[in-house]
Amino acid sequence: MVAVLISLALLLPLAGFVGLLAFGKRVPEPWPGVVATATVAVAFVLALIAAVDVFSGTAVPETVTWFDWLPALGVQASFLWDPLSVLMTLVVTGVGALIHAYSIGYMHGDERYGRFFAYLNLFIFSMLMLVLGSNFAVMFVGWELVGLSSYLLISFWFEKPTAAAAGKKAFVVNRVGDVGFLVALMLIFNAFGTFGFHAVFENAPATLGTGMATAITLMLMLGAAGKSAQLPLHVWLPDAMEGPTPVSALIHAATMVTAGVYMVARTGALFQLAPISAGVVATVGAVTALFAATIALAQFDIKRVLAYSTISQLGYMFMAVGAAAHVAGIFHLMTHAFFKALLFLGAGSVIHGVAGEQDMRKMGGLGRAMPWTLGTMTVAWLAISGIPPFAGFWSKDEILASVFGRGGPWVILWAVGLLTALLTAFYMTRMMWMTFGGTPRWDDGVHPHESPWTMVGPLTALGGLALVGGLVNTPWKPALEHFLHPAFEGVGLAELPGGATPWVLAFVSVAAGIVGIAAATRRYRGTMHVEDSGAWKLLNRGYYVDDAYAAAFAGGGGAAATWAAESFDGGGIDGAVNGIARLTGKVSGWLRPLQTGLVRSYAVAVMIGTVGLLAWFLTRGGF
Amino acid sequence: MTVTPGWYMALAAVLFVIGAAGVLLRRNALVMFMSVELMLNAVNLTFVAAGRQLNLLDGQVSVLFVMVVAAAEVVVGLAIIVTVFRRRATASVDELAELKG
Amino acid sequence: MVETVLFVVFAITALGGAISMVWARNPVYSALGLMLTMFSLAVFYVSNAGHFVAVVQVIVYAGAVMTLFLFVIMLIGVDKDEDRSEDIPFQRPLTLILLGLFAGGVLVAGARAWTTGTVSPTEPVNGTIEAIGESLFGDWVLPFEVTALLLIIAAAGTIALAFFGGDDEEGGS
Repeated sequence: MVAVLISLALLLPLAGFVGLLAFGKRVPEPWPGVVATATVAVAFVLALIAAVDVFSGTAVPETVTWFDWLPALGVQASFLWDPLSVLMTLVVTGVGALIHAYSIGYMHGDERYGRFFAYLNLFIFSMLMLVLGSNFAVMFVGWELVGLSSYLLISFWFEKPTAAAAGKKAFVVNRVGDVGFLVALMLIFNAFGTFGFHAVFENAPATLGTGMATAITLMLMLGAAGKSAQLPLHVWLPDAMEGPTPVSALIHAATMVTAGVYMVARTGALFQLAPISAGVVATVGAVTALFAATIALAQFDIKRVLAYSTISQLGYMFMAVGAAAHVAGIFHLMTHAFFKALLFLGAGSVIHGVAGEQDMRKMGGLGRAMPWTLGTMTVAWLAISGIPPFAGFWSKDEILASVFGRGGPWVILWAVGLLTALLTAFYMTRMMWMTFGGTPRWDDGVHPHESPWTMVGPLTALGGLALVGGLVNTPWKPALEHFLHPAFEGVGLAELPGGATPWVLAFVSVAAGIVGIAAATRRYRGTMHVEDSGAWKLLNRGYYVDDAYAAAFAGGGGAAATWAAESFDGGGIDGAVNGIARLTGKVSGWLRPLQTGLVRSYAVAVMIGTVGLLAWFLTRGGF
Repeated sequence: MTVTPGWYMALAAVLFVIGAAGVLLRRNALVMFMSVELMLNAVNLTFVAAGRQLNLLDGQVSVLFVMVVAAAEVVVGLAIIVTVFRRRATASVDELAELKG
Repeated sequence: MVETVLFVVFAITALGGAISMVWARNPVYSALGLMLTMFSLAVFYVSNAGHFVAVVQVIVYAGAVMTLFLFVIMLIGVDKDEDRSEDIPFQRPLTLILLGLFAGGVLVAGARAWTTGTVSPTEPVNGTIEAIGESLFGDWVLPFEVTALLLIIAAAGTIALAFFGGDDEEGGS
């Protein structure tokens, strides 16, 4: 039963992809979107039906095998249906269906309407493969496929050179991480002789020494950092905003970029054996969270604010899974999927309303024209700022409490997280005021308007989720914790501190959020501030990381390529080839007179040979 | 003084050399061709003489085969010469040097 | 004794024919010289017990092949005498040296032994039609059939040349 349901849930988006790729051009406008949305929505319903037994806690984790994929390595195309993958599947298909529906309106009138939905469906299929795979090989295939669909969708408007470049950048930076993942896979196979999650995690404590475990997990972390845009591989995500906004919401906020978090959580049994790697994960997460939050303070492009915010929030999740608070990390992954998808879709709605303008300096005062967008985004804003009872509060607070509860040096990370929470509230408030408050600053001829119901509907649904989504895991009724616990069997999860400490911590983090909101409100309400101090410029340019990479890798690589093309290839290889050709030509020139074209000269040559043969025959031929 | 097969073979060798000289020195394609025939005939003579010396009939059979091949060669060769003549109005092989490198 | 006389007489005619063939400026004389040589060789075949081969030599070679030669000579013109200058450098001295070496080599070797191998059958050969036929359709039947193929190909090639060769417009040759 479960096998049929999740197989169908996987195959439906794939069928949608194939069908839309083949016929998407011939079907008139709303229908490709409707079909694509239907496949994902049906997949969501199927997953929900399949999950009933898991919710009630009666089901054991089930493995669904399609076929022997690589018999030589004992790898099967098989999928795991356990609480963790159930949750991820529901988030992916649920949020995915809403964003598909939103895209029906958002992509209205696009030249490649059908193609867009084909790619979205491909992404859903790939992401499901990633989260459902029951071994590292299937997971890796999904991992690469989401990278491909991300690339296709970022550069969906490839006529724009910036979009094409952004797609390439995302692909290349992801490759760096993928190398790490691939090396980890090889090490795992070398150590265990299998890719199966179950076998690997069960035998890990007996098989792996600390050194090997650290090596494997650091390599996994590199892969996760690439996919989830953590330092130092974060540079691709802000540029990825060149893609259509639903893509940013679905892939670059809600689902794909969280694949790294999912992967670390899934391999928690390995990270448990390597405390150093876990510390690295948490530290990278915390530093990224703060780093990206500071950059987000100084962005004008509404989508770039959200992009850096996403990086920052992903940092939170890494901090959580690094601290072995896997449930908190996945919890934040889920709530973040709700409110960040909502923020992106709201931003898309705003951009849609002001005729494609993304610069917040040319917005302002949009609240009156777009009441639904304002209302739903307010929910998301409060959620990300950590104000109870919105979804973000619960998850963020649980992360901070878990990290604090580890004690010792972890308290520093907690402090970083708290500071980040304050900054998060600040820049989100700044964004809200610059977009919806104050005086209108839009260009002449722009008439802001509310978006059609196909876009507002998903906004409202996500708003509801962002409002109540956090209640699935409250301190007094930790339902998600109970639900996910079987998936982390054998992993020592971080405990929340006891006594009154959580309440104090919650109070502190809410206070930080309120301080951030208040400070930003004071500064950005009414008129707009344009700063240009040196520090501000540093933040606006993202600490010049991009410029440094451009100089070091693109510049260095370009110079090396130029050298290889001009000096090495042009001089060396071509020189050798041309030299051989010249030599042959020269020798031919010398030999040319032999070819006289006169038959009798050839006859003389034949005669010379005959006399030679005769001489040989007479002297040594045995005659 | 009896005639031994060696005499015939010596005579054949001389005829062969004369034929070869014709091939190498004459530029008329027809004469060259006749010289080739002469060389073939000289070889035929050695076959017959050797067959007699070794008491084998195979020498004479070989001669027949050489004749067949020569006949085929003459037919095709003369056809080529006629064709070339139709195109170029010459039978001199020295003028047919298009393949000069 | 008779054979010695025959050998001397016809060796002289054969050599004379051959030399005149190479020497003659006019191809018609060359053809006649070659024909003389071929007749002489037919006589030698007879004295070497090659009766059937001698007959074939006269009919096929001296008859058919030489007639064909004369035909072509007449067709492409007999009036053009060839001048005897030599354009190719070193052609004549090279020929002289090479042919001298060749003839010398062969004759010196022949002075030691013209044939190698042992004489197995004691009975002398007799090239009658029966004997030749038996050999040709017995031991040699397969090569004999192959020659049939060769002749067909030669005939086909000749026809192709006659039809498609010659004129530039038609091409195909």
